[in-house]
Parts: sequence; C-alpha cells; structure tokens
Amino acid sequence: MAADIDTVSARHDDAPVTTSKITHPDRALVAETVTINRPAQELYAFWRDPTNLLMVMDNIQAIAVIDDSRSRWTVKAPAGREVSWESVITKDVPGEEITWQSAPGADVANSGRITFQDAGGRGTVVRAVIAYDPPGGVIGQFIAKLFQREPRIQTRRDLRRFKQLMETGEIATAARTMQQFEEEEA
Amino acid sequence: MRALAWHGKHDVRVDTVDDPEIINPRDAIIKITATAICGSDLHLYDGYIPTMKAGDILGHEFMGEVVEVGAKSTLQRGQKVVVPFTIACGSCYHCGKHQYSACDNGNPADNQDIGRELYGQPMSGLFGYSHMTGGYAGGQAEYVRVPFSDVGPIVVPSDIEDEKVLFLSDILPTGWMAAENAQIEPGDTVAVWGCGPVGLFAVQSAFLLGAARVIAIDHFPHRLELAKKFGAETINFEESKTYEALMEMTGGIGPDAVIDAVGLEAHGFFVDNVIDQIKASMFLGTDRIHSIRQAILACRKGGRVSMPAVYGGFVDKFPLGAFMEKGLTLKTGQTHVQHYMPALLNAIVEGKIDTTFLISHTLPLEDAPKGYKMFHDNQNEVTKVVLKPDLALAAE
Repeated sequence: MAADIDTVSARHDDAPVTTSKITHPDRALVAETVTINRPAQELYAFWRDPTNLLMVMDNIQAIAVIDDSRSRWTVKAPAGREVSWESVITKDVPGEEITWQSAPGADVANSGRITFQDAGGRGTVVRAVIAYDPPGGVIGQFIAKLFQREPRIQTRRDLRRFKQLMETGEIATAARTMQQFEEEEA
Repeated sequence: MRALAWHGKHDVRVDTVDDPEIINPRDAIIKITATAICGSDLHLYDGYIPTMKAGDILGHEFMGEVVEVGAKSTLQRGQKVVVPFTIACGSCYHCGKHQYSACDNGNPADNQDIGRELYGQPMSGLFGYSHMTGGYAGGQAEYVRVPFSDVGPIVVPSDIEDEKVLFLSDILPTGWMAAENAQIEPGDTVAVWGCGPVGLFAVQSAFLLGAARVIAIDHFPHRLELAKKFGAETINFEESKTYEALMEMTGGIGPDAVIDAVGLEAHGFFVDNVIDQIKASMFLGTDRIHSIRQAILACRKGGRVSMPAVYGGFVDKFPLGAFMEKGLTLKTGQTHVQHYMPALLNAIVEGKIDTTFLISHTLPLEDAPKGYKMFHDNQNEVTKVVLKPDLALAAE
C-alpha cells in the first residue's frame, strides 16, 4: 500500500491535518501552501506538463513523459547511479487539482496532490501535499535521506521557485556571471 | 572589473573579479558612476552580520549608466539611473500594494529560509548585504547586475549631478518614510533620535510634511549643527537630560510624534543576537534599545512612534506597558524605496530637498578601504563617503 495523503487523524479543530502534532510513525506527510498572484487555470496548466517542473524542482534530474497520465522521474544518486520511479496521475480536475501516485515497485512509494484554489484579488492558493513511505535497502536509505533531509524545506523552495516563475517570468538568482549561474544549477 | 570585496572583520579590499553578466530577462548591467558607504556597511565591516562569505561585493547605495539590458528590461543603454537597495519584482501581492521591501520574489528561493525562520515570512532581497538577504553582489564596483531592472531603477535627467540624486537609493526615502510613518499633523512637534543621514533626512522631511517644530537628539556636535541648519532645535544628550529637556520644550506634553533613527544606519539583520542570544552586544544592547525606550516614554499620550532604526532580533525591557497605557501607535519597516523614488526625485529637481550637504568625502573606488576606515573611526566629521570608480587616485 503506497503512502496515502488522505491520512485521517482524530481532530477537533479546523487546522489542516498536515499540521497535526500527532505524527504517524510509518508515514511522512509534507504540506506547503503558497499564494501565487496568477489565475488558477494558468498555474494548473504549467503543473499539468511534468516537463515544466524541472525548472522549479531542485532535486529532480529528469522527468520523461510516458503518456498523458504517466511520467518517469529520475533522481541523481551517489557513485553515478540513478534512481527513478514511475508516477501516475490518479485524479485530474482541470484548473483545480492534480493527484498522483507512484506505480508499484517504486523505491519510495509516494503520492501527492496539488490543488489550485481561486483567491480573488490575491490570485490562487496553491497547496501541495506529499506523502511517502520510508523505504528500506541501501538505495532506499539514500532516497530516504534525499526526501527526509528537509522534505518540507525542499517542497517550500520548489513552490517559491514556481511562484517566482509564474509571477515574474523568471527565477531569482544572485549569480553575477553565467559561469556562477551554471555552477549553481549543476 | 574592480570591486570592493569583504574578506572578514575590518578587512575589505578592492579586488579584480569577473564582470557581471545578464542572466535573467529582466536584468540590466549598470556601469557605476557613484556609490556611497552606508552606516549599515560598517556592521558588515565590523563582522557583525552573519551569512557573509569572503569575496562578497558590498554596496547598496549606487547609481550609474545602463550599459546592457536583458530582453525584458524596460531600460535603454545610456540612461542614467539610481538603483533602490531593495530588490523587488513588482508583480507579487506585496509589490502591488507598494510594500516593496516585503517583496515575495526578490530573494532567491533557497535564501528565504532564514527569514522565514526568524521573522515568520522572508523579506525582499537586498544588494551587497549578506546571503540571508539574497547574496547579491553590491554596487561598490565598476559594474553591477541589477535584477528586475524594469521595476527598481529610476531614470534621472542626464544632466543632474550624481551627488544630488545618489541618496534616492536608500537613505533619503528611508528618512522620508520615517517622517511619513510619524503621521505628522500640521503644527506638530516631532522629536528625532539620531542625526545620522536618515535622521537628518527625517528632520527635513518632517518639516516638509507640516511639522511646526522638530527637535533633534544626538551627541555628535557636527551632526547636531547640520540638523540645526534645517531648522531643528537640538538636544545633545551628553550635555542635557533628554526626557527632561523634551518635557520642558513641549510645555510638559511631550512630542506629538517621535522618530527613533538611532542605529537606523543598520539595515542589519542582527541574527547573531538571535542565534547566540548575546543580549548585551553593542548593537542590540542598552544604547540601542535605550533610544526607542526613551522615545516611547517621552512621546505624548496618544502620540505616534516611527522606527526606521533597524532591530533584527529580540530586545529586553521594551516598555510595552507605557506603549499600551499611553495608547501609542508604532509604524516601522524596511523602506519601500521604489514607492518613494519618483516624488522625491521631483522634490530634488524642484530644489525642495537638498542631499548634497551630507557628503563629507569623495574618494576613488580604489580608495574604498580607506573610506571604510575613516567612516568607521570618525563618525562626527565623516558624515558620508561617496566612491567614484572614474575618479583618479590622489597623489600621495
């Protein structure tokens, strides 16, 4: 059973479940929310094409589209190795939501959902929720480290880059020369 | 190119480094004609600002000529521009409200983490001021890369002297915003703590905004003289008791508005104080909190407190009780430079505001290390050091 983003815990308030103080030992759940000053449809359309995500996601080496709902994600591993998994879109509501899940056999079973909610004059509230099962094995340990190093910070940074690109047309960099810029990107 | 680089405490050098290049579409490259050393640069010089790296190019008050533009820059080569120290995108919610120093996007994504941890939300990027504010190379150099050049730099008349407009980059808007935040009403008496560049500009601005009287407080005689030239009454806190003097001078009421411009030279983020909990360091210790505490106690009941002075961490003995009981209002923040530049440029062109009086020394860029040392060692006489890359070295 792959990790489930719809983890339910007993709650008595209106706070998002991802902010619960009760942690689940077998499951990591990360959520980040950002408001982007662009229409929901435009943000959805960007996210719906997985190849776009390479621009904003730091950890990902390659994203290959297999068909309309499936794509293969590759992450660089130590000693020249690569780790990859297949991601399948399981729910797609144009302009509102994309939910995905890793196909069976993934090194890190994971699932995620991104929602786009109209926020009137402020643009769109974008919320990403990602769940994954802590994996086993050597590669699993590496992946776990990659995901767990600061999964929330990584997600937050990716969403910030997404916001920058959508709002300003570019991703902010402090590089002074192209050489510095390319070194940062590498 | 040649550029003033930070190498450690009291160690700044003019190095030869690669010229900056256009990286993003909205970038421009500016050839610097004039740049100033800010009081807040002294805190970098003193080694108090964390997340500095050896080789970082300093400088956040600068202007020059556009020499290269990205595909989406609205600037044109040859234009003369002054560049705000805050790096703002112009497209986010906060920029839409003209809260430019709160820009969501001016600071690169990875550098926003510290601001989020410290303040709850990260602020905009800044030029030449450590990596937590973006890690951008500053303008104490021959050239600088300016991101979001369609939003930040203001084009100024090509025949206007650099000295007249250079301070639009930071300290003039900062002084103006300080006075604006004091919400001055006609006939008000305004007290200003600190007669550094921002305090002096706040004095000028307070009069322009309708203050009947401005009382300036400092201990450097030369700086108090400058305040007097703009019509302020003065209190030298080494010679007189500030609170008692203020009460006597305001008929026992207290000033209607108070401006804490002490330490305003610091746009600093004194993270060291937060992380290390060094409560008594000279920058967050008694003297600094003293000015805001004194300002709150002196302020009349129902009055207004404006705080351009920068506080980065936590303070002890903040008189919250006096603040509440007297029903005061506090306004503060890093300057939304882009918002104020156009009107202040007009005021300069029309001769309503003069900023040239502040400049005490003009040096070639090559002499920047000397400029830092003299500014650091003699704050009474050295009110402002301007660096010019084109200026020839004086014969020794």
